[in-house]
Parts: sequence; structure tokens; C-alpha cells
Amino acid sequence: MSSTAQTATEIRPFNVSIPEDELADLRRRIAATRWPDRETDASQGVQLETIQALAAYWATDYDWRKFEERFAALPHFITEIDGVDIHFIHVRSEREDALPLIVTHGWPGSTIEQLKIIDPLTDPTAHGADSADAFHLVIPSLPGHGFSGKPRETGWDPIRIAKAWIVLMERLGYTRYVAQGGDWGNAVTEQLALLKPEGLLGIHTNMPATVPPEVSKALATGGPKPDGLSGDEEKAYEILKHFFATGVGYANEMANRPQTLYAIADSPVGLAAWMLDHDERSYQLIARAFAGNPGGLSRDDVLDNVTHYWLTNTAVSSARLYWESHLAFFDVKGVEIPVGVTVFPDELYPAPQSWAEKAYPKLVHYNRVEEGGHFAAWEQPQILSQELRDTFRSLR
Amino acid sequence: MTSRVETPTEIRPFHVEIPEKQLDDLRRRIEATRLPSKELVEDRSQGVQLATIQELATYWGTEYDWRKVEARLNALPQFTTEIDGVDIHFIHVKSEHENALPLIITHGWPGSVIELLDTVGPLTDPTAHGGRAEDAFDLVLPSLPGYGFSREPTEVGWNAGRVAQAWAELMNRLGYTRYVAQGGDVGAAVTDAMGRQAPEGLLGIHMNLLVTVLAGPQPAESEQERAAADQLATFRESGFGYFLEMATRPQTISYALLDSPVALAAWLLDHDTDSYYKISRAFVDGEAVGNLTRDHIVDNITLYWLTGTGASAARSYWEDGQALAQALAGGQAPPEISLPVGFTTFPGEIWRTPRSWAEKAYPNLTYFNEVEKGGHFAAWEEPQLFAEEMRAAFRSLRNGGSS
Repeated sequence: MSSTAQTATEIRPFNVSIPEDELADLRRRIAATRWPDRETDASQGVQLETIQALAAYWATDYDWRKFEERFAALPHFITEIDGVDIHFIHVRSEREDALPLIVTHGWPGSTIEQLKIIDPLTDPTAHGADSADAFHLVIPSLPGHGFSGKPRETGWDPIRIAKAWIVLMERLGYTRYVAQGGDWGNAVTEQLALLKPEGLLGIHTNMPATVPPEVSKALATGGPKPDGLSGDEEKAYEILKHFFATGVGYANEMANRPQTLYAIADSPVGLAAWMLDHDERSYQLIARAFAGNPGGLSRDDVLDNVTHYWLTNTAVSSARLYWESHLAFFDVKGVEIPVGVTVFPDELYPAPQSWAEKAYPKLVHYNRVEEGGHFAAWEQPQILSQELRDTFRSLR
Repeated sequence: MTSRVETPTEIRPFHVEIPEKQLDDLRRRIEATRLPSKELVEDRSQGVQLATIQELATYWGTEYDWRKVEARLNALPQFTTEIDGVDIHFIHVKSEHENALPLIITHGWPGSVIELLDTVGPLTDPTAHGGRAEDAFDLVLPSLPGYGFSREPTEVGWNAGRVAQAWAELMNRLGYTRYVAQGGDVGAAVTDAMGRQAPEGLLGIHMNLLVTVLAGPQPAESEQERAAADQLATFRESGFGYFLEMATRPQTISYALLDSPVALAAWLLDHDTDSYYKISRAFVDGEAVGNLTRDHIVDNITLYWLTGTGASAARSYWEDGQALAQALAGGQAPPEISLPVGFTTFPGEIWRTPRSWAEKAYPNLTYFNEVEKGGHFAAWEEPQLFAEEMRAAFRSLRNGGSS
């Protein structure tokens, strides 16, 4: 084998560079959007006013190159694992003995969710934290997402992804590491914890799966509210009940018929609406950004991510993860290694401490923070960074 | 009031005429379609297959001719009239036979009046289609509010019950004092509601989808009941995505349905397993099952596209979802239907309704039959067989019969 031949396990540098004609095509499609009439009730989904404000900004003032420049400046790599090219960002702290941390994004997210935590985690002293809290960061794109390859066979569920992450960390030479995630990132991270790879010291989650079996059953069957719930537990139960009754249409469709969604491959505005309609509170946060009142997410944040899905044509391949997975999102999985939990107030449901303690017998950290929602790292990078420092300090 | 002023209750003739530039725009968009990667399975279990949608798009963008169906529609007497604030489009074909029985048939989703076009001959002119003069119907085929050439409601509240009231007004306005009603899919929900409202003049109803199963569990004791219960469970577990999305977030999916022809086509194709495979065969194998030809399928999709009704049609699921949630929360059972009810089970339907289920839903079941062929789009797939079922189901209600 010559020295220039690529081996499967090789780690190759990766550059992001989108041809100009793809950006021109995107702008042309947005400008040519054919619109429906206005919704007749605000509960019917993404509102016309919001999506039209988004489209107007997207087709004119929005600048992908601004993002691309910032994104491309990070150290990107690709390596083939289990037949699929995995893209990842790998930022090492200047402190050699920093703790390696693999952070997994979710849907409708990407590695873009994690960009704001790179500096606080790899360079804590520049962000008012102790240098002993430094991390080496590995931020992969899930298979079928972003710049990772699209699986050409079935079977890429969170368990297989977790196994691929073990290979990735091994390939990077990390023998002691921790892991973090929310949304699908939590599903993958909990499966990683269940696999108990030798080097994994503990995990942190911002979307913990803590719902006890009897509560899960009541939610699934629409049965009566279980007896004996505390105030926090009852609140979580009611929020989940509402979510399952009115907020899982997108997930049900993607779990059953992801391929039917030609909509999100062919129409930029169709894709943007589909991605905005994740959960009620993140939708409201995003709608406020386009109404001129941004909170944790700016218009550019949102459009960087939607444009990233568009340009990589990964809307349908990412939707397939819902089809692949047979895991209940919020049910207790039996993780036995150390776990840290942060409850962000606008997350899909606020996990009560009592449930977290039962779900994770080695709960090393539990905290309810003041601000933030489903996209914790993206919305509140400083808060999440501090939570990760606090969680993992004892495991170093 | 002069004779030239239009009053809201006026019935106005209607003619379909789509400007050429809309058809050009449609072809241009189909041509510019950006497709996702191929599904990872060899069947429909991940949704509408890439090969099917590619064949459809190719045919749609090149050979397909909208003007043919436009001429077919315009050859029929079409009208609009405003009811309850919404312009309702309908086809109205009177039989040449005396004493024909007026029949209002309601289409469903993802259908339109196009589902019903080939029933017009057999129903209004039975002697030319193997029937007898005394089997003739005067036919009223309305477009649901928000569908086809009916206008879309601009306020909430247009659930199946409100549509049923509008249909009673429509029949009244047409001067029909004794009539029957029929429907499948959303049309079955409307027809069921008409039965419960029992407006004056309605003699009986017939349906080919048992909508009452959505409100609660059904007996699963006999072999047929268990089979139907299994089909229903499969539908709820794996075939319910489109339904749930439209019942909860119709606006969200609609941006793509209005903007991308292929998105619309795929969304409309992915209704139920039986009809999907029939349609897929028409495009991939060039072999139509029954009357589900490529043209008929694309006629219907193109109607949704040109009328821009992807969103407003989807919204009808939201409306019925709201109504169902309110009914369940109220804990009150809907009024029973005392009018005569007929039901036909078509074998390819999502669940194959056993007689026992139909009897439980409709104590005054005066007609039940299970036929040999046809599926969810019964009238569209098998117009002749469907017409024979109409004749048989309503025969006892004719001629001033007081049965």
C-alpha cells in the first residue's frame, strides 16, 4: 500500500465549501415560493407571518458565507466507521490533560448547535472558569446528518451510532472520556452508557429519559393519571400528556414514512417550516427572533442550521433516524454509570429530581437552571458549559 | 333588487379554465425538483418510493395533459353557491329518468370530485350501464369546503358536522325534498353526521368507511373482527403519520404542499397501503388496477395543485380533530342514527369492516354487503361496482317507500 492510499480507518481533514451556484439556486427557490393562505388558528403550526419573515430574510440579507467562514475555521475531519463516513469537529484544549468529551446533537439540529460551547469548554480560563475544567471536544455529525455520509442500508439506530462513537473515540486515542447530549444526542449518549465502553467515565444529559414505567404506560394508553405523583411529577406528567396529544405529528410521520417527505428535499420554505415546528417553546423562541425580539437563538443561528440541512440535502436522510429507532424517547433505560442532569425550563418536559434519581442510580449532578430550552447548548452555551464542568469535575 | 344583482343564495354556473401560465409554472417546478436519496428498503415501509415518485414526476412533467380532465369537468353541469359564508362548488347531473332518486356523494381526502366522475354515467343513466330505469339517481357531487373549486373557510369551525349542515342546505336549495347521501373517507364522516342530524328530506345514507371506529375500541371476538382490529391497530401504529400531522399541525406541512408539486404528490399518494401499491403499479409497471389510471391519479393531484388547496384540505383534519377532542372531553355520545343505513365493505379498505361492527355503529343497518374488489377509493377504483351498490342499498327507500 502506498503512503497516499486512503485506508478506511484513516482520519482525513475536511473542508466546508459550498459552490456559489447552489446558493443562487437556493435563493431562487425561496423567491419563487408559492404560499398557502394564512392559518385559521395559531395552533395549526408554523404561522404564515413567521415563515414569510424568515423567507424574506433568508433570500436577501442572510449570508451563508459569514457562517461558512467561521465554521470552516474549525478543525473538521472525516473517518469511515462501519461503512459510513462520519464527519466530526475535533477541538483540543491547550491543556494536555483536559478531559475528552463527545457531544452529540439531535434533530432538527446539527453540529451547529454546539459551536458556542467550543470555546468555553476547551478554553475555560478565557470564560471565567478554572483551567482544570478544560475539555478536549469531539462533535460528530450523526450518520445521515450534515457532512456525515448517508447510510445506504438500514440498521443505523442509536445503538449502532453509539458503537460507532466508541470506535471514533478509540481512533482518536482517547482512553478516558465523557459524553453529552440532548434529543437524539441523549438517546445515543444513554446507549453509549449502556454499552459501558471501558473508557467512558460518565455522561451528562439535557434531555434525560426518566419517565417511570407506570407513568409511561398511562401516557401511551391515555389511561388515568397514576396515583401518588408529587407536585413536580404531576407537572411533568401533564406537560408530557399535552406533548403526546398534540406535538408528535412530525415525529410520527418521520418514524413511519420518512421517504414521503419529498417536501423537505424540494422546498426550502417547506424544510424551514418542518424544522421550526419541533416543540412549542423552541418554536416561540424562533418566531420571536424573526419578529425582531431574539432570545437564545438569533435569526442567523436558525438559518445557518436550516441552510446546512438544505445544502447537504439531508432532511430525509436525517428523518430516517426516527424510522430506525425503536427506543421510547423518555422511558428509563437503566444507565448504571455516573450521570449528570440539567433541567432547562423550556425543555419538552422538566424531569423531576425524584424521577432522575430513580432513572440514574449514580446521579452525580442534578440542577434546574433558570433559562433555556430544548436546544440547550445552542441557546444557553454559558449555562450548559458550567453544568458540564460541575458534572464532570468529580470524574476527572 | 334588480335581476342582475347576485344574492348569496343564488346558484351560479361554474366553468373551469386554468390559465396556461399556471400549467407552465407547474411543469417548470416539476422539472426543477430536487429529490432526496433513495429509501433504504424494497417496499413502502419508509414511505413513497423514489422510483414511483420519479416515474410520476416524469409523466406529470412531460406527457400529462390537464386540458383533458378540464374538458371532462366542463362537460358536466357545475355550479357554485354560497352557504354559511363559503362558496361551495358542486357538480349536478339530473337523470333523464323520471322519479330518479336524488343522491349527494361526498368525496374524501386525498380525493376530490375527480374520484366520482366515472360514477356519473352509471348512476344517472343506468340503462346504458347494465341497470334499470328505476335505479336512476339525480346526482349532486359537492367539493368539500377548502377542497377543489370550493372556497376555503377563513374561520375555524368547519368540521364534518358543519359541512353536513351545509349539504342539507344545498339539497334544500336545489329543491330536493327527498334524497339520500353517500360517502367514504372524510365523505363518510360528513355522511355519518348528516345521518345524526337527520335533516328533513334525508331518507337514508350509505357509507364505505366506518368512521365510528375512531372514537373507541371495537369487539374482536370473531375471526373477521380480529382481522379488522389487527388492520386498525396496524394503521394506528404505523400508518397514522399524515393523519396526526394534519390533525395537529396542518399549516406546517402545507408550506411544502403549496410550494413543491412532487411534495404534494408524495403526500397525497401516501394514504393507505392498498391504494399506494395500486397507484405505484400504475406508474412503475404501467399497469392500472381498476380505474386508477395514471391520468386519473395525476388529475386529482393537479387539481389540488392548481387550486392551491393543500393547506385548506389538510386543515379539515384539524377541524375534525378539534371536534372529536371536544366530544370526548364532553363525554357525551353523539345522537344515534335512526335513519336507514347502508354499508359496503370493499376488500382493500384500511380495515375490512365486519357486518357486526357496522351493526353496532348503526342499529338501523338496512343494507350490508362485502364486495369482491376495490379499496379505499371505492367509487374511483370500481365505478360500476360502486354504482351497483348504490342501487342495491337505496332500492328500498325509493318510490315514496315508507320502509
